Amino acid sequence: MKKNESYEEFIKGIWRDNPVFAQVLGMCPMLAVTNSAINAIAMGGATFFVLVGSSFLVSSFRNWIPKQVRISCFIIIIATFVTIADYTLLALVPKVHKELGAFIPLIVANCLILGRQEAFASRYPTRLAIMDAIGMATGFLIALLSLGAVREILGDGALFGVKIFSENFDPWIIMILPPGGFLTLGVILLFFNWFKYKKDEFLEDVAEAERSGR
Amino acid sequence: MNASHETAAPSSLRLVLTLAIAGLVSGIAIIGIYESTLPTITANKARELREAVFKVLPGVNQMQALVYRDGELVVVGKPEKDEPVVYGGYDEQGEFVGYAMPGAGPGFQDTIALLYGYKPGEKIVVGMEILESRETPGLGDKIYKDEEFVAEFSALSVEPEIVSVKKGTGSLPNEVDSITGATISSKAVVRIINETHTAWAEQLPPSGAEPEFVEIEAESTEAGL
Repeated sequence: MKKNESYEEFIKGIWRDNPVFAQVLGMCPMLAVTNSAINAIAMGGATFFVLVGSSFLVSSFRNWIPKQVRISCFIIIIATFVTIADYTLLALVPKVHKELGAFIPLIVANCLILGRQEAFASRYPTRLAIMDAIGMATGFLIALLSLGAVREILGDGALFGVKIFSENFDPWIIMILPPGGFLTLGVILLFFNWFKYKKDEFLEDVAEAERSGR
Repeated sequence: MNASHETAAPSSLRLVLTLAIAGLVSGIAIIGIYESTLPTITANKARELREAVFKVLPGVNQMQALVYRDGELVVVGKPEKDEPVVYGGYDEQGEFVGYAMPGAGPGFQDTIALLYGYKPGEKIVVGMEILESRETPGLGDKIYKDEEFVAEFSALSVEPEIVSVKKGTGSLPNEVDSITGATISSKAVVRIINETHTAWAEQLPPSGAEPEFVEIEAESTEAGL
């Protein structure tokens, strides 16, 4: 039972409550840094670190943090993790850091992270909070990566910088420009919602059949 | 336990203390990470600059920073912050080869920072390397990804000035073929080099009278870069 519970918290972030496709949170980095798969992974990794780290701290200290100053405390915790991620990336992978530029410090303002602290980590035990954070961050990473991969393949004819089409492929450059981000995200959201609609319809049919069967 | 916190309002002192402690711990963590990554970050930057200087000035394997003070170009170990600086490149015997000149200016999306090698004797640009840019991936980033374009800067006359022309029409020694689809970025590179050249033209000593190579403690040179 207990195991199922944490598994449920983990899996909901990846599919049912996916932060991007279902909750439509964190759109700013989503559209800005997904012009190549490697940028998407670096952004997803940094967000993962910040989200899991702050969820752990917020959940551990939830009984000590007075309600009146909780948002300020969350922001202090998140900002500390973001600064650590910023300097670590700058020291270890300066090239990727250069590409992501201002978007690393802007993780502080990612509503996905503060949202998870307020809605989940500050109300639930540490174990569940960490599972929730890992699930949400993985969901965010998957969303970033799918967008980044589609845009890089269509817009640059490459994936992770490796050319995958022959010389005759004419890159669809608009895909790596900002409009391409909106287009791709729109198409993915369309698919996601269509899938959800179909699933609901199917479940309704099943329920209907069960009722008439009785 | 949670309920008792929500019903009784905590004293102001407790609120202040909570924030103060959170701030203190956060501050210590940030100082810690800053101090521990700083040496790597400075070393990375110094190495990048050295590599860039050696790349834009073929045949160079020693360098020193030069600044313009009191009417002449002097060798410094560590330039002041925001002080315009050029790098003198020297070969193994310490003979002067050329200058590596850093320049920056607006590109298509954000500032482009570049470094170019300049031989004052022949008045030619012998190499160009983009240090920083946020140009459009796939289009504007060809200013450093397109080898043909970068090769345009390997023997380029700066007299009277560099001109960017449509791709395939450049024939004179001071003409650069623009990149199709990235005209603004290509023109920006040419403009930055021209502007930097003009800005320094008066301050560089006549050809043959360049500052000599001075051995400076490796440590202070590293810090200066």
